[in-house]
Amino acid sequence: MAFDNKPLLEPIISANPVILHVLGICSALAVTTSLSTALVMSVALIFVLSFSNTLISLIRRHIPKTIRLIVQITIIASLVIVVDQILQAYLFEMSKRLSVFVGLIVSNCIVLGRAEAFAMKNPPLPSLLDGIGNGLGYAWILLLIGALRELLAAGTLMGHVILPLSENGGWFTPLKMMALPPSAFFLLGLLVWVVRTLKPEHAETLLETENSKGEGGEP
Amino acid sequence: MIELFLKSIFSDNLALAYFLGMCTFLAVSRHFETAFGLGLAMIVVETITVPINNLIFNWVLADGALLWMGIKDVDLSFLTLIASIGVIAATVQILEMVLDRFFPKLYQALGIFLPLITVNCAILGASLFMVERRYDFSESVVYGFGSGLGWALAIWALAALRERIDENLVPKGLRGLGLAFILTGMMSMGFAVFGDLGFG
Repeated sequence: MAFDNKPLLEPIISANPVILHVLGICSALAVTTSLSTALVMSVALIFVLSFSNTLISLIRRHIPKTIRLIVQITIIASLVIVVDQILQAYLFEMSKRLSVFVGLIVSNCIVLGRAEAFAMKNPPLPSLLDGIGNGLGYAWILLLIGALRELLAAGTLMGHVILPLSENGGWFTPLKMMALPPSAFFLLGLLVWVVRTLKPEHAETLLETENSKGEGGEP
Repeated sequence: MIELFLKSIFSDNLALAYFLGMCTFLAVSRHFETAFGLGLAMIVVETITVPINNLIFNWVLADGALLWMGIKDVDLSFLTLIASIGVIAATVQILEMVLDRFFPKLYQALGIFLPLITVNCAILGASLFMVERRYDFSESVVYGFGSGLGWALAIWALAALRERIDENLVPKGLRGLGLAFILTGMMSMGFAVFGDLGFG
């Protein structure tokens, strides 16, 4: 079988889950106040997503159609509990800072969405790659926004000083707003704008707005 | 208590301060009509599930909570996540059946939104915040209702804004999603200010 890297590469840019499909936004915005929380969250999501995709794909022929959502959620929730417990054991500070958002990976629509859309229909190996690919697509956006917000709000990256603050004798006056929730919305909005300008085929037309009533059906 | 209520609506708004339920928030806010139904469903489900999860946590899952059954030293709090999501899924299912049987009008209005709500992280998030902040039962009722109402207010406002603004000339790449983010950001600033005014 020829090695097919499409499931791995496609979701990173051209079918990015966050920017184009608007999935998993909740956590994408909440944990980006600093680069380190964004990094931990990305790793956790890649872990959960790749394992849940593989596991669900392995048993996809044995799951009765009527209860598939419950089965999927149970598998995902178990994986998230594992991640949560590991974080609490080894990175307690970090797990306090991420607060409920690790638990919320359960209802992160990327995970359930990929399980439903890809893992239920494909063999384990492509599913694993799809999981990693989507995880990476999610991760780079998180890291980018996390880095921008931390840099502009505190002049640091991962806690290291990059731009010396004026109150410590440097030149940089921090933008306090970057630490607050609204800035995350603005940055993501601008990012969507940039991507859609570079890739005009993703821009929404007025026609699309008309038939978008049923769009919320995708979890 | 009033402080908690106002806080959960405005300065601690689930959608605008904690980014919960964003996926649905953005996907369903194109038309005011649909947004209205979703907001109502959200208030109902939130007011039911948060107190139920509170009872389950305090009587079964918390550290030493099983003392009333004579079982000591059992800490089941790592099961909180799976129990909460179970309760939410079950509540939504039951609510759907009850509405269908006794209030068909209401079911028609809310029906399609109920399954959507199961995967809405605002619901799960409210339950998890309730556990993290150790609310007691009456506080959890207030918090559940308040946070549901806050989320609903936010989506109603955004939907009303988007209905107007999507008709206007905006740069192509910004149309739709991009603009929705920026509008949400501005609303988020507005809601956060209520916190500074002393409303909670």
